[in-house]
Order: sequence, then C-alpha cells, then structure tokens
Amino acid sequence: MIKTDILIIGAGPTGLFSVFEAGLLKLKCHLIDALPQPGGQCAEIYPKKPIYDIPAYPEVLAGDLVANLMKQIEPFEPGFTLGERAETIEKQNDGSFIVTTNRGTKHHAPVVAIAGGLGSFEPRKPQLDNITNFEDNGIEYIIRDPELYRNKKVAIAGGGDSALDWSIFLADVANEVTLIHRRNEFRGALDSVEKVESLKKTGKINLITPAEVTALQGNGKLESITIKQEGEEFNLELDHFIPLFGLSPKLGPIANWGLEIEKNAIKVDNTLDYQTNIPGIYAIGDVNTYPGKLKLILCGFHEATLMCQSAYKRIFPDKKYVMKYTTVSGVDGFDGSRKEAEKAVVKSIK
Amino acid sequence: MSDITIKIKDREGNVHEVQAPTDMAMNLMEIVRSYELAPEGTIGVCGGMAMCASCQCYVTSDHVLPEMSYDEDLMLAEAFNVKDNSRLGCQIQMTEDLDGLEVELAPEI
Repeated sequence: MIKTDILIIGAGPTGLFSVFEAGLLKLKCHLIDALPQPGGQCAEIYPKKPIYDIPAYPEVLAGDLVANLMKQIEPFEPGFTLGERAETIEKQNDGSFIVTTNRGTKHHAPVVAIAGGLGSFEPRKPQLDNITNFEDNGIEYIIRDPELYRNKKVAIAGGGDSALDWSIFLADVANEVTLIHRRNEFRGALDSVEKVESLKKTGKINLITPAEVTALQGNGKLESITIKQEGEEFNLELDHFIPLFGLSPKLGPIANWGLEIEKNAIKVDNTLDYQTNIPGIYAIGDVNTYPGKLKLILCGFHEATLMCQSAYKRIFPDKKYVMKYTTVSGVDGFDGSRKEAEKAVVKSIK
Repeated sequence: MSDITIKIKDREGNVHEVQAPTDMAMNLMEIVRSYELAPEGTIGVCGGMAMCASCQCYVTSDHVLPEMSYDEDLMLAEAFNVKDNSRLGCQIQMTEDLDGLEVELAPEI
C-alpha cells in the first residue's frame, strides 16, 4: 500500500504543479497516470508545440514545460504510479481514501486531487474483426516493457512519432520489425523519418507502405496479420502486432465514483477550494467545471494552489498556518535541499 | 465582415443551422464547440493542432475548401472512418465564401 498526503490522479501540468504547492506546506504527493510518462497531453500529444500563454514565458515548448515542472518539484520527491489507470475509490471510516488502479496497485491518502485532464488516455483501436480476442495475446496498443519483444517478430502500424520511435527502438531488440502505414509519408519528426529510412536500407526495418492491416489470424494467440498493399493482400506471420494510432481521452472509471458530472467534467466549488461533492476529493485543471471555467494550464496552476491550502486545513484542522512567499521563506526540499534568496552582504564605503 | 450560415449534422443525425462569425479567426471545430453540438471532450481534443482527428467531418456541400495542409492530410491518413470528403474541422477557417457550407460530424472514436 502506497501512503501519501495528497494522492493526485493525473500527472499533467496541473497535477505536477500541485506537488510543488503541497511541498511548500510540507505535504507529500503521489501521482497516478495511465500514460507511461508524466506530462499528460503536453508530453503525449504535443511535446514539440509552443505554448504562448504561460505567464512570464513568451514561448515554451510543451515538452520543456513538463521538464521544467519535473525539475521544480524534484525537491519534494513525488511518487509515481505510471502506466496504470485509477479504477476504484473506497472511503475509509476515518475519511481517508484508498484508490486502486487497474493493475491492483493500492494507494492510501487523506486527500485525493483529480487532475485528470480530459480523462485517461485510451488507445484508438483499429476497426478489425476479433481484435479484442488478441489483446494482450499478441496485440498491444501501448508499449510498457520493450523486453517483451526481445527476439520476437513484431509489426507496428501507424505514421506518427510513436510508430516511428518504437520501430527504431525495437529494431535493436526484436528479431524482425515491420512498419505498416497507409501512406508513404509520415507525420513524425523529420529525424525519426530519416532514421527509419536508413534502418530500412540496412534491412533492420521492413517498411510496408502504402498499406493497411485488414485481418488478424490466430488461435487464442495472434499468429499472423493480413496486409493489403495497393490492392494485393498477403499474410505476415508474427508474434506481436502493435497498432499505434494515437490515444483518445476518456473520463473512464472516475465517472462512476459518485462525483457530480456535467459535460464530461467534474463539478467543483470554485468559490472556495475546487472540492467536489465528496469532501476530501478535489478536482483541478481541465477535468473540472464551474461557471466561467476555462481549460487553460495557467488556470490549472491557480486551482492546484488553492486546492493544496484547503487540503492542508483538512489534514491539519487545528494547526495554524499562513501562506508564505517563496522569496521570503525559500524552498525546503524533502531531500534536504534548500533554496533561498542570497543574504545581504554589508557593503561599506570607507 | 458578416456572419455566415452553416448546416451541421451532429453525431446523432440531427441537423443544426447555425450562424458563424467570420471575423473571430474561428474554425469549424470551434463553431461546433461554441454551439455545443458535440459533448465536451469528444471534439477538439488536441485543441485544434490537427493532431487528434476528433473533429473529423464530412463535407457534403460542393464548396471549394482551401487545400489540405500536410499536417491535416497525414492526420487523416491515420484516422478511422475516413471518406473522400473527410476534413478536420479545426483546419477549416470560417470565411465568407463558406456561406451555406454543409458538414456532417464523423463518429466518435
């Protein structure tokens, strides 16, 4: 059982910044995210795109914003449960919560902050008959452990960065890598496309374009796929087929937690602290809704800050505290680090 | 600059005739969202960067639309339920020559 002060569901910018604000109050955080890396949409969908409305950053790449947030929260040693989706929540007699993921990892905290953005990212599955029969039996939509593919025959479908990057990576791991895409052109980064091209020339990647997978065969376990290329169909024997057609967010199991939902978002009290209808559960960032709500990262940061103050009062109802300025009080990391303004030095003129 | 009229068939098959401003740099995906013709979170997921295809629509009138950008074309190459008249709503800017445009929202994936 993982124990923490604030359990944050969703490791996007809002969830990550919560760790900093909680840390100033000496509260420890643990984050759960369905994606295998922190950063949410910024890391998964548009890491190379610029954002222009983060205060004091005239321009910042989404991926750099995440990297900076990770650096900012490092002293507060957040815990992460990544690649797992928060599935159930159980309220305990003392008012605390136990949240269990789809992989059975249990987390215990007095406060839960849902910073789930548009929901957990679910893979977009190609519309092939019987595809669900082979899920985890030869078909995976997200690569969690590349070692699974060591010395295996693998086919990847898709034309974006993840299809390209994983084809490149697995070229050194798998016995055989085939990349299938509907076009000859790819959407991913230019250097990735060039790398795939050179791996194709050396025979490390078998590139089949323009083509698509039209059928799956196997008995319990996937054995081969049918590929249609320029009107011709043929079969390819393999151990794994990995369709990488992007991810689409779904509110998912959180919708069944007894929270008030409106327009695919969780209703919160925005006049106070972004608490939901269940005391102790907060919703911050894009996942919440209230009159005048704007789904902006900068609004998420504000909501995270107020949530942490309220969480502190919930956890320590009798302990006095006033908000402090970091410029005045510095930042004391849980790792023993300390950041503070330089002390004034006496400058005398003789 | 005046408003234009657009007919949008939602995912349930209901047709909505809406007014769209041409002076607010809005695109078709944003018009759909502003009239709440598709549930929040099911359209414009990437914000309008041609990176998710959640705003895919079928253009059913014979308007001549601006040519597809490379980004839009390649995103549609990875989308599902794609037809010859598929476009990404986020890449269709509201301009006066689109008055009378008719579109149908593609199914949610």
